[in-house]
Amino acid sequence: MLQVDKDTFEAEVLQAEGYVVCDYYGDGCVPCEALMPHMEKLAETYGDRMKFVSLNTSKARRLAIGQKVLGLPTIVLYKDGEKVKELVKEDATASAVEAMIVEHL
Amino acid sequence: MEKVYDIVIVGAGPAGLAAGLYAGRSKLATLIVEKEQEGGQIGQTSEIDNYPGSIEGESGPSLVKRFADQAWRFGAEKVSDTVVDMELEGDIKKIVGESGTYLGKTVILAGGAVPQKINCPGEEEFTGKGVSYCATCDAAFFEGFEVFVVGGGDAAVEEAMHLTKFARKVTIIHRRDELRAVKAIQEKAFKIDNLEFMWNSVVKELSGDGLLSRMVVEDTKTGEQREVLADEDDGLFGVFVFIGFKPNTAILDGKLPLENGYVRTDDDMKTSIPGVFAAGDIRVKSLRQVVTAAADGAIAATQAGKYIEEHNM
Repeated sequence: MLQVDKDTFEAEVLQAEGYVVCDYYGDGCVPCEALMPHMEKLAETYGDRMKFVSLNTSKARRLAIGQKVLGLPTIVLYKDGEKVKELVKEDATASAVEAMIVEHL
Repeated sequence: MEKVYDIVIVGAGPAGLAAGLYAGRSKLATLIVEKEQEGGQIGQTSEIDNYPGSIEGESGPSLVKRFADQAWRFGAEKVSDTVVDMELEGDIKKIVGESGTYLGKTVILAGGAVPQKINCPGEEEFTGKGVSYCATCDAAFFEGFEVFVVGGGDAAVEEAMHLTKFARKVTIIHRRDELRAVKAIQEKAFKIDNLEFMWNSVVKELSGDGLLSRMVVEDTKTGEQREVLADEDDGLFGVFVFIGFKPNTAILDGKLPLENGYVRTDDDMKTSIPGVFAAGDIRVKSLRQVVTAAADGAIAATQAGKYIEEHNM
């Protein structure tokens, strides 16, 4: 999974063509840590058909707020730089994220 | 044939992990089923001051990691799965998960509780958009912004104090005119400059344009409603909710007698079904803390071992 930051987010996510899955996480966010290995696995499985990135919001707070992300974990699916779907907090389970990906393959 | 465990424990919070430790140490074949990471509620708690022996300033995740490592060291196994059904009657109990079915001679229900919601319009829509139940997850977003904390118990006041390190101002919204938190916590709270109180108030509605920026608060005495708006330069505020917990017992409804959703047990953690035990916050009890959850787990595992012995299983 590609790690993006406030300098690369624009190019890697908003300017990217096609689908991008972005994992918004933060330092000290325990549910984020729990979800991370599942996201890595999904990136391995579907990475050839969809781009997977992760963003540490602790170092990109204003960027996250600009994307209307104010709670963690949040998984957002972008298409051509536009938000298509997002899964927030308790809805952001491994199985729900996979279902979202499969729906848009 | 599928493996039949001596004990299947549902939930890996302090109760489940303590049960796993005691069961594993007694050489019982033990499986812990957990849908998320170990820890349960304390996995989200920033500071644990009142667990005997915990290190000063210790976080929930670091304490629970030691709980978990200890359980695995004594041989308890773990599977990540979400339990969707249980068949608790009979000699072999069936725990049905999304990815598999787990068999046990005994079951310890240690599924704990989840945060209670306000249940007002806008709450679900703005979860993760300003509404939060997890200070360790989301506090950092509100650095320099205004934050409201709903509740008046220990958790609400402690998390509000933690949030004052990030937010410009924190206001506790409480439905009574005094806090329920223990005196030691209250004394600390009243000394903090940027911590304020909105007494006799409940949140009736949450709204905004993409991010939370408006709420309606009702005075519990007069019934009068008023609007709270985000500062224009901020454009948003946070609402953290700590108003107690709701037990994870939806799938037990009709299988076991519940009291306000909680499972009733005797002093030995036995439920009304032979071979089925309950431990931790899921039980009817007077004090829901890490220390009481761990104690429940130890008793439940010991009693489960006794049950297996007595039934020559």
